[in-house]
Amino acid sequence: MVKRRNREFKIMKNINHLYKLHGLIALVLQQTTRRQIQSLAETACSVQKKAMLYVHWSYCAKMCSYCNFNKYIRNHVDNTRMTNCMVKEVETLIKFSGITEIKSVYFGGGTPSLAESGMIASVIQTVQSSVTLPENAEITLEANPTTTERDKLKEFKDAGVNRLSIGVQSLYNEDLEFLGRQHSVEDAIRCISDAKDLYPGDVSIDIIFGRPNQTVEKWNKELQQLLSLCDEHVSLYQLTVERGTPLFKWVQNKTVILPDDEVMADLYETAVEVLESRGFDQYEVSNFAKNGKVGRHNKAYWEGEEYIGVGPGAHGRFTPYSQGKHLREARVQILEPNRWMTEVENQGHGTKLAKPQSQLEQLEELLVMGLRTKDGINHETWKKRYSSESMTDLFYNQNIIRQYINSGLLYFDKSGMRASKKGLAVLNPIVQDLLNLLNDQWSGG
Amino acid sequence: MRFSTQEIFFFYLGVQAQTVANFFLAFEADLTILPVLNKIDLPGADVETVQKQMKNVFDIEPDEILQVSAKHGTGVEDVLKAVIDRIPPPTTDIKKPFKGLVFDSTYEKFKGAVTNVSVKDGVVKKGDKIVSAHTKKSYEVQDVGILYPEQTSTGCLYGGQVGYMMANIKSMTDVWIGDTLYHEKSPVEALPGFKPAKPMVFAGIYPMDQSEYQALKMALEKLTMNDPSVSVSNDNSEALGVGFRLGFLGLLHMDVFNQRLEQEYDASVIPTAPNVSYKVKIKGDKNIKFYGAEEITILNPCKLPDPSIIEAQYEPMVYSTIIVPVDYIADINPLCMERRGEILDQSYIDDTRIMFKVIFPLNEILIDFYDELKSVSSGYARYAITVDAPVSYGEMDIGFDYEDHGYQESDLVKIIYLLNGKELDELTMISHITKARQKGREIVEKLCKSIPRQLFKVSVQACVGGKVLAREDIQPYRKDVTAKCYGGDISRKNKLLKRQAEGKKKMRMIGKISVPKDVFIKVLTK
Repeated sequence: MVKRRNREFKIMKNINHLYKLHGLIALVLQQTTRRQIQSLAETACSVQKKAMLYVHWSYCAKMCSYCNFNKYIRNHVDNTRMTNCMVKEVETLIKFSGITEIKSVYFGGGTPSLAESGMIASVIQTVQSSVTLPENAEITLEANPTTTERDKLKEFKDAGVNRLSIGVQSLYNEDLEFLGRQHSVEDAIRCISDAKDLYPGDVSIDIIFGRPNQTVEKWNKELQQLLSLCDEHVSLYQLTVERGTPLFKWVQNKTVILPDDEVMADLYETAVEVLESRGFDQYEVSNFAKNGKVGRHNKAYWEGEEYIGVGPGAHGRFTPYSQGKHLREARVQILEPNRWMTEVENQGHGTKLAKPQSQLEQLEELLVMGLRTKDGINHETWKKRYSSESMTDLFYNQNIIRQYINSGLLYFDKSGMRASKKGLAVLNPIVQDLLNLLNDQWSGG
Repeated sequence: MRFSTQEIFFFYLGVQAQTVANFFLAFEADLTILPVLNKIDLPGADVETVQKQMKNVFDIEPDEILQVSAKHGTGVEDVLKAVIDRIPPPTTDIKKPFKGLVFDSTYEKFKGAVTNVSVKDGVVKKGDKIVSAHTKKSYEVQDVGILYPEQTSTGCLYGGQVGYMMANIKSMTDVWIGDTLYHEKSPVEALPGFKPAKPMVFAGIYPMDQSEYQALKMALEKLTMNDPSVSVSNDNSEALGVGFRLGFLGLLHMDVFNQRLEQEYDASVIPTAPNVSYKVKIKGDKNIKFYGAEEITILNPCKLPDPSIIEAQYEPMVYSTIIVPVDYIADINPLCMERRGEILDQSYIDDTRIMFKVIFPLNEILIDFYDELKSVSSGYARYAITVDAPVSYGEMDIGFDYEDHGYQESDLVKIIYLLNGKELDELTMISHITKARQKGREIVEKLCKSIPRQLFKVSVQACVGGKVLAREDIQPYRKDVTAKCYGGDISRKNKLLKRQAEGKKKMRMIGKISVPKDVFIKVLTK
């Protein structure tokens, strides 16, 4: 920082100096510089005028024991009202953001497969009629493999969905019960099969490991079965104990004991090995794809792209260019569905909070998200956010980072900074150190 | 504890170890003892048994004992009468020159040190010039009065009276409990038995960051101003930089002091393992010349000279009393043995309880002895270190038989601990040779449990003179990454990571190992 400030200071001094000597030339010079900066800013705007759309369906039929997402169980859901509100908020936020293209749409939840396909269709149509939605844009829906939801898969396809993410979670019935899932292993198998017929090559399966009493042996068997069933994308999550969930209570009062750190690591390593041996590429900490079938919507989150979040509790990150603003905002929608709908109806929008993000905050998020991917953070991506100092300037020569590099956990090269396969498994401490370094240099110079 | 002012003994819950210790002190000082049995209102109060105990232990006849319930006020009147009847008036001569005993002191922000004095002879008045027999410093008396129970100014105190005195004494370090005060123009012989408070537990305190040295120094100066029993000297360590070595009256005292340092002065410090002071006899003229004396005192274990130049080593001993129900007698013996205690005497104090008198090396009972004693006796054991040179520290009365049981020759070694080959100065300890291996193993094991896993293997070793006594490895962690992180998770996960990153900043780096700063103290205490 000091270096940068010094540089700027020097430039200004030189300009002033010149101005005194050759007033006219200097004036021209200053104007040129200003014009250049302006055009740079404009380029930046036009580059960023695309965004993704996340739509949150906040209802579930039943609570899962581990889930701490924003979800609600309601006996009666007013589908028409919710659909109208979703449509209205999509229109509002797209207009507000000033974007011209939606690159992908993701219906998450909650359990969006419980929604009517009409809601999905309306949202997609709204996007199409307000901005460009490319022909091949990825439109994903999260689905639970229960019988009723399976029956709707065709409808969803007709509504415009072209990718399915199925919450299989386990291929053992007792584990499904423990997790609080509503489907059986049999349901899951049939659902995957139907989904593959309808969305060939575009079905992703979610699976959770680190369940009580899970051994490497059992897990291996389960993975083999899963691989014989699945399509070309798998998301693999370690069961995480989140505050406010039944699981948290069980673990606290020791009625449930989860595998210890060593076993967890074994389970994770086993999964990575097995998946890789079957042609799956670990393109993110928890995501594996075959034949390049990566989830493009999610990948964009990790690359720090802008997204609009619609629906109760949905988060967004975008720059409201239409308002003439140039700082990206972190946005959250009202959490509770009824309140959210009321606000959308009465105020025309359901945004609870819109906080401009400082450059530092944006860089922090880029570090946290970007390093989760196999490709890491691109020098170009970093430069777009912060042109004064590259990642190499900031981090490469720091002792702790050298240690990570020397022990093969982190790589720096021409394309950028990324974690190795080994590094991905222990990413948190690495990112923590990077955050500390970034903050130190930001404040201290 | 000053028995000239406290001659009443309260007995409750039966005879306690501390009661015994204090009784004998009073007895030896030839003081009048007024036995009072309190809490007789309690449902479980067994007056007869306690009376029997008192007869056995102290040879006090049951009819001498007053029975009281302070809660209900029963018998309190009788105590007051007995104080008047049985306790002889102070022997005093107000015609003699003023002679006052300092038995307590407090610090008041705008008045400085306020002393509590017992006037032995003569009179002291406001405006008098007085001198401390110990420091030889003189002061002008600003105010004197009695404690009624608030400070009530009377303008003067006569022989036999007890009260407070303010004399513009700026620092508590100038007030010595047990000191004698007299008039500037008529010096008197100092009262006997005065011994300055002697610290028995020593520990190093280093600033977390060397740049905070001055701030720490100031904080220590301020804190010791109202707690002069803490001794302060400079200390340094290759690993920890420049710091201080503090002496405390006991472990509790040390804890309280360190807590105040952190809470009141926001000082971020690295405390070292507490230790006692050792004496070492050096051999070889050159070495003696180097150390400046044949016998040196070691307050910092790191500074123990090389064994090849040591002629003999000595460690401080304490005399203690332990009382346990007879059922546990079989547990106490091995416990004392294990702590290298020498049992001088064991005797029944009643049908159910037994009293041990034991001499221990102070080092052995410094940290967790009381906890262990309580656990082997299901919480029934009572224990006290006997008071010989009484020193007063606030509410606590601690003392120990420093001279009499002073130092005993011992076979000592220095144990050092290493993390990936890097020495942990703050854990360096002196141990009896027979205990070194066990101690080393224990600490290594605890270190392995308390130091968080790192991204690489950490080897923990305990060594004596280049020989490895114990070694264990902390395996690196293999997985620590957030499972799920998408658009909706960013804010929360980001916050969590940042908080953890903050915590990491507060860690200390030892080589490339990051360690929470209090980990070593935790290792020592639990």
